[in-house]
Amino acid sequence: MATNGNQLETEEQFQEIITRYPTEQRYIMPIMHDLRNRYHYLPRKALEMAAAHLQVPLSQVYSMATFYKAFSLIPRGRVRLKTCDGTTCHIKGSQTIIEEVYKNLGIRPGETTPDREFSLETVNCIGACAIAPALIVNDKVYGKVTAASLKTIIREYGGRENE
Amino acid sequence: MNKSPVNNPDARLVLVCCGTGCIANGGLDVYRALQNELNGDEGVRVDAVTKGTGCHGMCARGPFVRIMPDDINYCQVKVSDVREIVEKTLHGGEVIKRLLFRDPRSKKTVKSHRDIDFYKRQHKIALRNVGVIDPASIEDYMARDGYQSLRKALFTMTPSQVIDEVVKAGLRGRGGAGFPTGLKWKACAAVDRLPRFIVCNGDEGDPGAFMDESVMEGDPHSILEGMAICAYAIGASAGFIYVRDEYAQSVASLGKAIEDARRHGFLGKNILGTALSFDIEIVRGGGAFVCGEETALLASIEGNVGEPRDKYVFPTERGLWGQPTVINNVETWANIPFIIHQGAASFASIGTAGSKGTKVFSVVGKVANTGLVEVPMGTTLREIIFDIAGGIPNGRKFKAVQTGGPSGGCIPESLLDLEVDFDSLARVGSMMGSGGMIVMDDRTCMVEVARYYLNFLAGESCGKCVPCREGIRRFGEILTRICQGKGTVDDLNLLESLSETVQSASLCALGRTAPNPVLSTLKYFREEYLEHIIRHRCPAGICKELTEFYIDPEFCNGCGLCAKMCPSQGIAGAKKQAHTIDQSKCIKCGECVDVCRFMAVKVR
Ligand SMILES: Cc1cc2nc3c(=O)[nH]c(=O)nc-3n(C[C@H](O)[C@H](O)[C@H](O)COP(=O)(O)O)c2cc1C
Ligand code: FES
Repeated sequence: MATNGNQLETEEQFQEIITRYPTEQRYIMPIMHDLRNRYHYLPRKALEMAAAHLQVPLSQVYSMATFYKAFSLIPRGRVRLKTCDGTTCHIKGSQTIIEEVYKNLGIRPGETTPDREFSLETVNCIGACAIAPALIVNDKVYGKVTAASLKTIIREYGGRENE
Repeated sequence: MNKSPVNNPDARLVLVCCGTGCIANGGLDVYRALQNELNGDEGVRVDAVTKGTGCHGMCARGPFVRIMPDDINYCQVKVSDVREIVEKTLHGGEVIKRLLFRDPRSKKTVKSHRDIDFYKRQHKIALRNVGVIDPASIEDYMARDGYQSLRKALFTMTPSQVIDEVVKAGLRGRGGAGFPTGLKWKACAAVDRLPRFIVCNGDEGDPGAFMDESVMEGDPHSILEGMAICAYAIGASAGFIYVRDEYAQSVASLGKAIEDARRHGFLGKNILGTALSFDIEIVRGGGAFVCGEETALLASIEGNVGEPRDKYVFPTERGLWGQPTVINNVETWANIPFIIHQGAASFASIGTAGSKGTKVFSVVGKVANTGLVEVPMGTTLREIIFDIAGGIPNGRKFKAVQTGGPSGGCIPESLLDLEVDFDSLARVGSMMGSGGMIVMDDRTCMVEVARYYLNFLAGESCGKCVPCREGIRRFGEILTRICQGKGTVDDLNLLESLSETVQSASLCALGRTAPNPVLSTLKYFREEYLEHIIRHRCPAGICKELTEFYIDPEFCNGCGLCAKMCPSQGIAGAKKQAHTIDQSKCIKCGECVDVCRFMAVKVR
């Protein structure tokens, strides 16, 4: 099963990540963090294996995976846009950015384009309020984003305009 | 011998800020370029040390480069400036005027930190080392009396003397509720069950706040030292630092600090050869706001969903895994070494009758100098916003300041002379929270702000109790209705009665304080609600359904800037002639309003 980042998800890889941690319930979250950092979402099989390793019911892992916003059960795009919608960014126009992403790429927060190229999420303050509104693309932070500079950024990452 | 140069008054030091804000502005590139420039060249005579320091506070103008011992401060430095800095300033001793900070009000350039109002009027305790030391260097921290307080506590004080000192200092928790820290420790120490645990709350969930981040990134050892002192005072064996998911840099900085502290014997088995054994682990959060609430946070560390529980029994008695636990905020911890080192009296001499010491605020939003500000408790809002943060930019008008995080309140202009402390903020219908201060100007719609917070809280309510889960959602619906021009005057009464229910019946403080944004805006900005409801107009030009922009030909001189900036090419006009907006193209983003230097773009 090939996914984003051209990485193969194999059970051995999952196992390698999961067995870094001892069998204790409190390691559910660290394991999910490691999985997310690697795959940008939580593959079902990996969660099943984590539950088995930690000796907790799969429902416990599932409730954690859906409660915490840091995690997603659906694959993310190759280019992951995160718009900050913290208070500062909000009063400095993050709403416009979110709408412009929709106009340009046809995705709303939580969605991925059908070709798995782009996905959009919102976060609440990344601590870069001084340069609000902020946008993170993969791990790079862009500050003082405007509707116009957003277009340039999307193009930079290989996005075509819809309009 | 400690070789750290931070205390040597003659050392040639180049400090580059590499906090989150500065990195986004290219700080790391500048740092690397300086390193290259200075290491690669054998002929460099000056002994310059390029350090990645934490946040200097004034993030809007980053990246910052500070050159010691002359204390020359350059702002908005680009990689292309690096060679010039090395050649002219480091080799030639010449100040590059273009890179100096320009005071937004006097328009004069300033060379030294000490001359910039933004820094001059502050009083740093929690942030004493941030931006001064290299957070990755334990030697730097130790050169600034780091870990002296731990030594003092371990070798010259009994555990109960340590607690008494913290009680006498009058330190109140900086995470929100303002509970006296010393009393919390005392209560925990009195519970006769082992093990006891210590937790640092670094979840910093308030959107728009980054003071805890800057301490975790910029001075991690102060937190570790504070926790180790508490471990001695209450007899704890293990500590956890719960760090907000988005703060990758904080995790890295704390992780390095913990390793170094272990190596120096400040953490681990038999700390400094004494009977005290205490170690610290980092736990990464999962991006849930409610996990900042202490009981939810503890549940999260245990590997559960972060749902709060009712606090008939406090965590000091039943915390992590049911054991006695002290949980304090990052900034609270950072104050502890100062109190032990300088003594309670010195700390208590700062501040107001009910709130001692200083408080760090993250002053953001519509202010000239966005950044972190640490001032004595009791400083007025006006001093913070106008004298320190430089007031409202672009000739706009101050409208309100929001304090206390999402469930704080909006404070109007008439209360600008309020002396800020825990009690005064609560009195005017807001709260201290963790110290976020979001400044709003006349381009901020107060109804929309209330809607923003309530929508935020609706998304963050854990869903365990009905008043919070359902009530907050209803707030969101009603406020959205008003923002769309579909509200009725009756809705205002509904908001008020709903507030009462949610305040009194919710399980945790998230629900109990959630109506604050609504109540405070209704109290101070009722007119604006009525304007939306009765006249279908959003005076700030934010609610898109109710906004139409136009260019006032009397003010427009046809400079064309708005036409250039308009993302939808919706503004046209001949050169030097008044321009017009094509309403069919306008996406109401307001870019034109914000860029116009003549205030010609108006809201109909
Ligand atoms: C909804 C909610 C969110 C909170 N978020 C935080 C937070 O992000 N950081 C924090 O230190 N305290 C937060 N608190 C306060 C904590 O519950 C707790 O009072 C604090 O960690 C105690 O430390 P202190 O006494 O040093 O302030 C929050 C409280 C509530 C009700
Ligand atoms: S609100 Fe967006 S970075 Fe703080």
